[in-house]
Amino acid sequence: MERKKILEIKNMNISFCQYQKGMRQEELPVIRDLSLSVHEGEMVAVVGSSGSGKSLLAHGVMGILPYNASMGGEILYRGEPLTEKRIRKLRGKEIVMVPQSTSYLDPLMKVGTQICKGKKDLVRQKKLDQIFSRYSLAKEVQEQYPFELSGGMTRRVMISTAMIENPRLVIADEPTPGLHQKAAKSAMEHFRELADMGAGVLIITHDLELALETADRVLVFYAGYTLEDAKTEDFCKEETLRHPYTKALWRAIPKNGFQYIDGVQPYVKDMPSGCPFAPRCSRCSEKCHGEIPYREVNGGYVRCVYDS
Amino acid sequence: MKTAKFITKQMIKMFLLLLAVSIVAFALMTASPVDPLQANVGQTALGSMSPEQIQKLEEYWGVGQPPVQRYMAWLKDFIRGDMGVSLLYRQDVTKVIAVKLANSLFLMIIAWVMSGLLGFILGALAGMNRGKLIDKVVRGYCLLISSTPAFWIAMLFLIIFGVWLKILPIGLSVPIGVEASGVTFLDRVYHAILPAFTLSITGISNIAMHTREKMIDICESDYMLFAKARGESTWEIFKNHGFRNVLAPAMTLQFASISEIFGGSVLVEQVFSYPGLGQAAVSAGLGSDMPLLMAITMISALLVFGGNLIANLLYGVIDPRIRRGGAVR
Ligand code: SF4
Repeated sequence: MERKKILEIKNMNISFCQYQKGMRQEELPVIRDLSLSVHEGEMVAVVGSSGSGKSLLAHGVMGILPYNASMGGEILYRGEPLTEKRIRKLRGKEIVMVPQSTSYLDPLMKVGTQICKGKKDLVRQKKLDQIFSRYSLAKEVQEQYPFELSGGMTRRVMISTAMIENPRLVIADEPTPGLHQKAAKSAMEHFRELADMGAGVLIITHDLELALETADRVLVFYAGYTLEDAKTEDFCKEETLRHPYTKALWRAIPKNGFQYIDGVQPYVKDMPSGCPFAPRCSRCSEKCHGEIPYREVNGGYVRCVYDS
Repeated sequence: MKTAKFITKQMIKMFLLLLAVSIVAFALMTASPVDPLQANVGQTALGSMSPEQIQKLEEYWGVGQPPVQRYMAWLKDFIRGDMGVSLLYRQDVTKVIAVKLANSLFLMIIAWVMSGLLGFILGALAGMNRGKLIDKVVRGYCLLISSTPAFWIAMLFLIIFGVWLKILPIGLSVPIGVEASGVTFLDRVYHAILPAFTLSITGISNIAMHTREKMIDICESDYMLFAKARGESTWEIFKNHGFRNVLAPAMTLQFASISEIFGGSVLVEQVFSYPGLGQAAVSAGLGSDMPLLMAITMISALLVFGGNLIANLLYGVIDPRIRRGGAVR
């Protein structure tokens, strides 16, 4: 069955404008080339190390980038460009974001009211009660303030802000930091449920293993680029993976040998020309310093001169 | 339990503060170079008096007594609730203060409410619309006003409204030549407009600036961003989150600003010859009226302290993190 594409991002780039000493301005590209698509009922995970700027992806789609950031590329929502005007109408209704930390909740607003955005009519109240029992949150929690919640409860409350709408697209920004294994897993499962109900779910995370447990597809994000777009099954063995970095990530998983590769991601300001992974890649050759295309290989995508 | 402890602590604090203030005020007065006899009786009159008369006067003004003894005597009376007799007005200090305080309070309350409300609205507006025209206007106004001395603004208004336009009285709190019983409430309001207005104008800038700062912090917070991401309109964002979060700091500011309004009122009352507490303080100081000045000092300290105390208590009522005894940020 061919599922409809909910979200398609083509060659997104986001950069910050920074003032250097004096009046010199500097462009700081955080996301350089990111392409992905999310289908109905599909859960896609964008995996990248912490602090690599992947949260901006969520903010870019939601239209809430800071004023000194600029975005290029194309975003299509249900086949049509997601213009600023369109996202303004859709966000918080069809397109929802699940934020990454408690600081995204108003510290002075009771949880229940907050989930309902201050409008607590009967219909919403009923829905809220249902969501709460589904997430096994006690009814009293509605009357509590964010500071009174535990980490796991905060997660569930934040997912509730998405559930209270009828979302077609859910973008979750780092949904599991600071949660212990079990809570993190159940948080991911809640997103899986949302996908199973038909929504497209985009998870932005640093936790590859967790993503592999629940997502349908995994995108590897590195130094501003999507390096690989692979089905979760491709991660079963190293051979089906395409990019050297993805393979390295695979080998770093405990059950696959716990091997880490040397080096760190290049800093935004001193990016190598050509392949961003070149300085750490063992297969790096002359042609890796030119333009590297993002190509379709075996039902996935890869940004490498080699196929596998 | 917690509240009781808090209040006891505050009471002790207040007591110590008042004690300290009274000692400092008294020390300053004793150290003042003003000679009460010269100031109140006058050089010529003194010259024509017999030594016995002068001695009597000296006794009256407390000249020659050791300061510590005088202070202790005053303190003993004050604790018993006896604030003494004003040397200048030859009336119970309580009575003098009651009249002056009523005048001043009238003025200060108008100014306090006006500056609080307007300052809050302007500050919140500017903060929510940072960098836009309204923000620039509010900021410009605040900078202009806060860099201008209050007494100068008072004189300017006096000249414009009292002298040129002649639509408002140039001074006093009641019409001249009218018996006390003939003074209506409207007369009082009419006379309070100019000083209250001056006082508010200066108060607004302070409140607006601070509210704006707070509002900007709030606008940069993650929860405001999330509210935007959830499709809340600017008004909803303000109503649901901005207002809620700026309220507690604004309240604190508002009550803490009592001290500033009080300080401002001394100057403004002077310019408008408005017979309030501020003016009484000035004449008591210049005339070495120890009991009156001490009483005024104590009352102002109490007012200011009370304002801050209310601010603290309100914070606890408004902010659930304190009210429900959670982690204080
Ligand atoms: S393009 Fe070259 S350097 Fe980059 S990952 Fe592929 S082989 Fe390595």
